[in-house]
Amino acid sequence: MASILAVDDSASMRQMVAFTLKGAGHQVIEASDGVEALQYARRQGVNLVITDVNMPNMDGISLIKALRSLPSYKFTPLLMLTTESSPEKKQQGKAAGATGWIVKPFNPEQLLNTINKVLG
Amino acid sequence: MTIDISQFHQVFFEESFEGLEIMESGLLNMDPGEVDAEEINAIFRAAHSIKGGSATFGFNDIAAFTHIMETLLDEMRDGRRQVTDKALEVLLRSVDVLREMLTASNGSGGLDEGLVKGQLQELEAVLNDRSDEPASGSDSDAGAVSTAREVIGWHLVFRPLPRMMQTGNDPLRILRELASLGDMEVEGDISLLPVFAQFDPEECYLSWNIHLKAGVDRLQIDEVFDWVEDECDLAVIPLYADARELIAAGEPAKDIIADLPSTMTVAEEPNRPDRRKNSDRRKADRRVEQRRASAAPASSSIRVDITKIDALINMVGELVITQSMLSMLSGNFHMGQVDRLRDGLAQLERHTREMQESVMQIRMLPISFTFSRFPRLVHDLSTQMGKKIELRMSGENTEVDKTVIEKIGDPLVHLVRNSLDHGIEMPDQRVAAGKPETGVVELNAFHNGGSIVIEIRDDGKGLDSDRIRRKAIEKGLIEESAKMSDQQLHELIFQPGFSTADKVNDLSGRGVGMDVVRRNINELGGNIEIESESGRGSAIIIRLPLTLAILDGQIISVGDEIYIVPLISIIESLQVRPDGINLVAGRGEVFKLRDEYLPVVRLHEVFGIEGNRAQDLKDGLLVVVEGDGRRCGILVDDLIGQQQVVIKSLEANYGRVEGVSGATILGDGSVALILDIPGIMRLTNQLPELQLVKRTA
Repeated sequence: MASILAVDDSASMRQMVAFTLKGAGHQVIEASDGVEALQYARRQGVNLVITDVNMPNMDGISLIKALRSLPSYKFTPLLMLTTESSPEKKQQGKAAGATGWIVKPFNPEQLLNTINKVLG
Repeated sequence: MTIDISQFHQVFFEESFEGLEIMESGLLNMDPGEVDAEEINAIFRAAHSIKGGSATFGFNDIAAFTHIMETLLDEMRDGRRQVTDKALEVLLRSVDVLREMLTASNGSGGLDEGLVKGQLQELEAVLNDRSDEPASGSDSDAGAVSTAREVIGWHLVFRPLPRMMQTGNDPLRILRELASLGDMEVEGDISLLPVFAQFDPEECYLSWNIHLKAGVDRLQIDEVFDWVEDECDLAVIPLYADARELIAAGEPAKDIIADLPSTMTVAEEPNRPDRRKNSDRRKADRRVEQRRASAAPASSSIRVDITKIDALINMVGELVITQSMLSMLSGNFHMGQVDRLRDGLAQLERHTREMQESVMQIRMLPISFTFSRFPRLVHDLSTQMGKKIELRMSGENTEVDKTVIEKIGDPLVHLVRNSLDHGIEMPDQRVAAGKPETGVVELNAFHNGGSIVIEIRDDGKGLDSDRIRRKAIEKGLIEESAKMSDQQLHELIFQPGFSTADKVNDLSGRGVGMDVVRRNINELGGNIEIESESGRGSAIIIRLPLTLAILDGQIISVGDEIYIVPLISIIESLQVRPDGINLVAGRGEVFKLRDEYLPVVRLHEVFGIEGNRAQDLKDGLLVVVEGDGRRCGILVDDLIGQQQVVIKSLEANYGRVEGVSGATILGDGSVALILDIPGIMRLTNQLPELQLVKRTA
C-alpha cells in the first residue's frame, strides 16, 4: 500500500483516480490545485503524486517543479495527467522534473497498470 | 479489476455545466482586441477540463468539439490569435451547443446533430481563418512501407543519463517492464562507474545491453521508454529471422550500433498505422459505451457545501447526547426530577428545531444559479433588438430552495424578456423622453420576513393602462363601463389569453403568457405582483416561501375539521357584523373591507362539512386571504394557532384535490389538510349557483 496524492481541479477526474487507487488498496489524498497539494506534501510525505496540468492557482508543472526541489521529493515519482494533444506539455513537465505522464483519456485499468509499474 | 466509470458521470456533468457557466460569463466579459490573461485562462481551463473529462468518461463527440474550442482559446491565450468580436460570438454559440450536447448525453433531451455539425464548421472556419499559415500537416508517418521481414527480437542498448533517477524514474522499473514483454538477457555495463571518491549516490552510472527474445511491436518498446526518452541514450535494433546466425555467433551488438548517434533515432518501423487503427477501435467501443450511458435515467443530485454537512453532523451529535440524557433520566425517574426532565425536553426541542433548519439548509442554493444566465440573455437580446441595456443584479447569494431554482428559471426569463422587449424603449425614444440612452434592468433578490423576494425592475415606458383597458374590453374580460384603478387594470395582464403585443415576435408572445408565469409561481407557493408607472418603468415582484418543504401555517377549525392556511396568503382575520354583508348579483355575498368589496367563501360549503358552529357570519371569523391577485374572506369557526408544518404531498399518497395543496401531521398525530387559496377561489368561482341557492335558503 502506498500513499498517493491525487491533484486535479476537476472533481470527477479526482474521484475516479481516488476511487480506482483506493480500490487497489492505496491511501489517497485529494487536492484540488497545486497550492493545496504542495501544502499537504510539505507536511506529510507521500509515495507518489499524480497531478493534472491545467489548474487554477498553481498548475501541475509548477507543482512538479516545486515538489522536485524539496529534498524529500527528490526521487518520488511525480506523474502528470496530460492530453495527447500536448507534447510540449510533456516536455515542460519533464523539464520541471516529472517522472512521466498518463495520457488522457485513460481508463481505471490503464491507470492502475501505470501506477503498479511505477511503484514496483 | 473492472471499475464502472459511469458512477462518476453525474459529477462530471455537474462540473461541466459549471464550467460552461464560467466560459460563458468569461466570454461575455472579454473585450475584443484586449486579452485579460486571467480571464482567458479561466475559460481555457474550463474547456480543457470538459475535454479531459468527456474523453475519459467516453463522450467522444463532446471531447472532439471541445478540443477545437480549446485550440482556439489556446491560441488566443498565447497571443497567437487576435480576440475578435466574431471569434467571441462563435465561441459563445459553441458554449450553447456544448450545453446541448452535454444535456443530451446526460439523458435529457435529444440532440440536433446538424446543429453540432454546423457549429463545428463555424469553429473550424474561425480556426483556419489565417491565410499565412499553412494547414498543419496532420500525419507524416504515412510513408513507412513495410519490408515484410519477420522481426524475432530486439537488441537494446540502454544507457541512462546520470540525472535519470532524479526525475523519479528507476532503471529497474524499465527493465522489469521490458521483461514483461518476453524472455530477455541483460548484460550490465559498469564501464562508466567513476572512482569511489567521485561517486554520487544520486546519479546513475550503469548501462545495459539487452537482448529481448520476443518479436514484439516496436511500439511496445517505445512505450516502456516513453517517459525517459530524454534521460537516456537508447538504441533499438530489430533482429530479423534471417539474421539469426549473427546473434547465435555472439557478435557483440555494440559494433552494430557503433555509428548510431547517441540519442535514440532508429528507422521508423512499419507498425505506425496500427496505432491509428487501435484508436479507431477504441473510439468505436467508447461510442457504444456512451450510448449505453446516455440511456440510463439521469438522477438528480445536489452539491452541498461541506460546512452545512458539518453543521448537521454536529447537530446530530447534540441530539444523541440529549437523547441519552433523557433515557438515563427515565431509567429511575421520580417526581423530584421533573425540572430536569423539562430542561431535557426543552433542549430536545431546541436541537430538533436547529436540526430541521440545518437539513433545510442543505436544500438551499444561491439564486446565482438562476441569475447567471441573464447577462448572456440581455447581451444577446439587446444586440438583436438594437437597444442599449444595462443589467444590474443584486443579492445573487440569496439562498433559495433547490426546487425554486429549478422552476423559477423559465418564468424569470419570460419576465426579463418582457422587460427588454416591451419595457425598455429604443435609444432614440429614450433620449426624446429625457431619459439616459441606456436602459436599466435590475434583478434583485433578498429576504423579507419569512419569504424571498425577487424583483425585476426596469426604467422603461411602463404599462399602458389605456391600452390594457381597450384590450380587456375587446377580449370581453371587463365591461366597457367598468371603473378600475390602474393597479386593477395592471392585474389584468395576468389573465389567460391576455397579450397587448401587437405583433408576435421572436422574443415574447410565444404563447407563454403572464398567466402561465403566475401559475408557475403559485405552484411554488408564492405570489407575483406588478407595480408600474407610465413612462417611468415597471417592477414585477415575486414573493416565494423560504422553503417548499416547510410552511408557516395558521391552523383553523371548521366543525370537527382542522385546516392549515398558509400564513403567506393571510392578510388579516376579523369578525364581521351581519349588516356589513351585501348581496351582489353574480358575486354572491360580499363584505366591505375598507374600500373594497370582498366575496365571502364559506369553507364548510366548499368542503361539505356538517356540524360547524359558524352557520351565521357573526359566530365565526373571516380570514381575509389573497391569491392570484384577488382577495376573499374565508369563513371559519375558529383560529387555533400558528405553527410551522411539514408539507406532505397529497398527490404522492392519494391524489390531487382541488383547493388543497397538501397535508401535514399535527402534534397529536392527526392529519390536517393545507388549503390552496387560489384553488379555493377557482372552486368557488365555478359554483356560483351553489352560493346563490345557499344564500336564499
